Amino acid sequence: MAEIVIKNVRKEFGDFVAVKESSFTIEDGEFFMLLGPSGCGKTTTLRMIAGLELPTSGEIFLDGEEISQRPPSQRDIAFVFQMFALYPHMNVRKNISYPLISQGMPKAQVKAKVDEIAGILGIGDILNRPVGGLSGGDRQRVALGRAIVRDPKAFMMDEPLGALDAEFREHMAEELRALHDRMNATTVYVTHDQLEAMQMGDKIVVMNNAVVEQFGTPQEIYDKPATMFVADFIGSPSMNFLPFEGALDAGAASVSLHDQTMSVPQQREAASGRLVFGVRPEHVRLSDAGAYRGEVLASEYLGTTQIVTLETANGPLKARVGSEQVAKVGEKVGLSFRPETVTLFDEASGRALRSELNEGVLAHG
Amino acid sequence: MSFSITEPTPRAKWISGTLVITYALITLIPLVWIFMTGFKTPPDSISYPPKVFYEPSLEGYVNLFTTRTRVSPEALDALPPPANFAEEIVRNRNMVIAGPSKFGERFMNSVIIGFGSTFLSIFLGTLAAYAFSRFKIPLADDLLFFILSTRMMPPIAVAIPIFLMYRNLGLSDTHLGMILLYTAVNISLAVWLLKGFIDEIPREYEEAALIDGYTRFQAFYKVVLPQAATGIASTAIFCLIFAWNEYAFAVLLTSGTAQTAPPFIPTIIGVGGLDWPAVAAGATIFLLPVMIFTILLRKHLLRGITFGAVRK
Repeated sequence: MAEIVIKNVRKEFGDFVAVKESSFTIEDGEFFMLLGPSGCGKTTTLRMIAGLELPTSGEIFLDGEEISQRPPSQRDIAFVFQMFALYPHMNVRKNISYPLISQGMPKAQVKAKVDEIAGILGIGDILNRPVGGLSGGDRQRVALGRAIVRDPKAFMMDEPLGALDAEFREHMAEELRALHDRMNATTVYVTHDQLEAMQMGDKIVVMNNAVVEQFGTPQEIYDKPATMFVADFIGSPSMNFLPFEGALDAGAASVSLHDQTMSVPQQREAASGRLVFGVRPEHVRLSDAGAYRGEVLASEYLGTTQIVTLETANGPLKARVGSEQVAKVGEKVGLSFRPETVTLFDEASGRALRSELNEGVLAHG
Repeated sequence: MSFSITEPTPRAKWISGTLVITYALITLIPLVWIFMTGFKTPPDSISYPPKVFYEPSLEGYVNLFTTRTRVSPEALDALPPPANFAEEIVRNRNMVIAGPSKFGERFMNSVIIGFGSTFLSIFLGTLAAYAFSRFKIPLADDLLFFILSTRMMPPIAVAIPIFLMYRNLGLSDTHLGMILLYTAVNISLAVWLLKGFIDEIPREYEEAALIDGYTRFQAFYKVVLPQAATGIASTAIFCLIFAWNEYAFAVLLTSGTAQTAPPFIPTIIGVGGLDWPAVAAGATIFLLPVMIFTILLRKHLLRGITFGAVRK
């Protein structure tokens, strides 16, 4: 198993830049998520690690070896395709044994290995079936089997759950994660589903417009977003952005929002002009005491919680509050925010301002 | 009574079945007539009204495969008794077998040239189509159009230049010359048809093979080719039918060594009157290879290209 280091990797297709200089490190045994909206360059990055695309510039190290210009067959990396790409003219056993045959492994050994893998994945009974008639889940398992059968240095997975039904996806996600924990194999997983990324990943890279926006653990990314894009992309409903005009000194611990003073984590840098006050819906409290007020526009009941949509002097805002709390449409309520969770952004650049909350994360992000 | 959208009613099945069978019978009549004529005697073949019921005879086939000379009845009586059924049939017409005809040879020429050019067209066409489908080729669209443009005039329009060129190159009346000529005509069809089929094969299959440790070429012949079998089979049938049936160039460019069956069969008519049974026998035998080839490949023709291993 292996550590993968991506260094200043860039990929151009003609005039189109798919990935701009990106760097991050995937540690040995990590379940690593590449997250971003479609077209952000995450799949291209994955394909470059696997060797299906060659980077225009930059380096990729696998266990210390530079591999960026090698053909895929010489990288010892397995790939699970979104549409599985099982060889349709072969049955399940042949599909799984195909990578072993290319290595010239003796037949008896191939058979034993395939049987072992089929046992792990619970597909021993379908080994002689053609792949055409298999259910989505079984195809997924066969694709996984083909990937793990040769004990590669790392696994690349391109939205492997994307082709499955929502119901089955949950189950398969658990199965995947369990498989990873059992084998402890370095895995790079591409997804556009932030929930999937948070749920399964040890670490997440968030990409947008060919650029790495942030790189860290799910918790860091959720609590301490480095950019407005990340704050918006992660979480449902996403972080509230309340734009305001203001000036801050380094060391400031409060901002003025529509003439109301709001506590924020102590700032580490000075800023002025159009700023954005970012707060997650679950950190908004509705209380009559709050001097900052908003009018309730709607409320969505979600069982234990509800999402209340409000209109404030600084724009719309969503709050996740207990469903027992009464929020009548049209009513004006006081709002307060948990100060230690607030992130301030510079509106023009979308960058988070450094504060005591996020300085550790922004330093390497 | 239950009603289903997908399952036709028995009545609808009966009507469509009858229509299809009737149509098939109508289109088969000429073929059946040729087949029947092959087993008639020459007088039966030209009798009026045409005979549907007659005593079958192998005279057409004997005449097709032999050359014969007329002898006087006295000379015929002096001969030893006929050694086989063919001798007997021929002697009934006051003739003796002089030797084998050229039909067997011409038929073999057709086989060599037809299948040779089909193989070459498919071989080159598949490689070219794969390259056009998968790689970035400068001016790919213009090249494809150029390939197509070779079919924009009837091939016979360039018959005279080709005739002169072949004479100078020493390709006239050679197997190689005819194979190259038919390949040149078929290749554009092959490239275009096969490119369509290969475009349909998801790239992921090859990528999976690359990841699984195979080289690009191994991925091509182990994964892409089996997937393209349907396309290759139908393209091969088209190529073979053209090369097999081609008449004009065969008349122009071949006369002996490399003459194919199509220009040879009509010459039978001229030997000893209108020998329709021999012509029909030749036509029947000539039809067989394409028929067998098509039947052998029909499994591939009917099967879908991919069957659901990749969800689209």
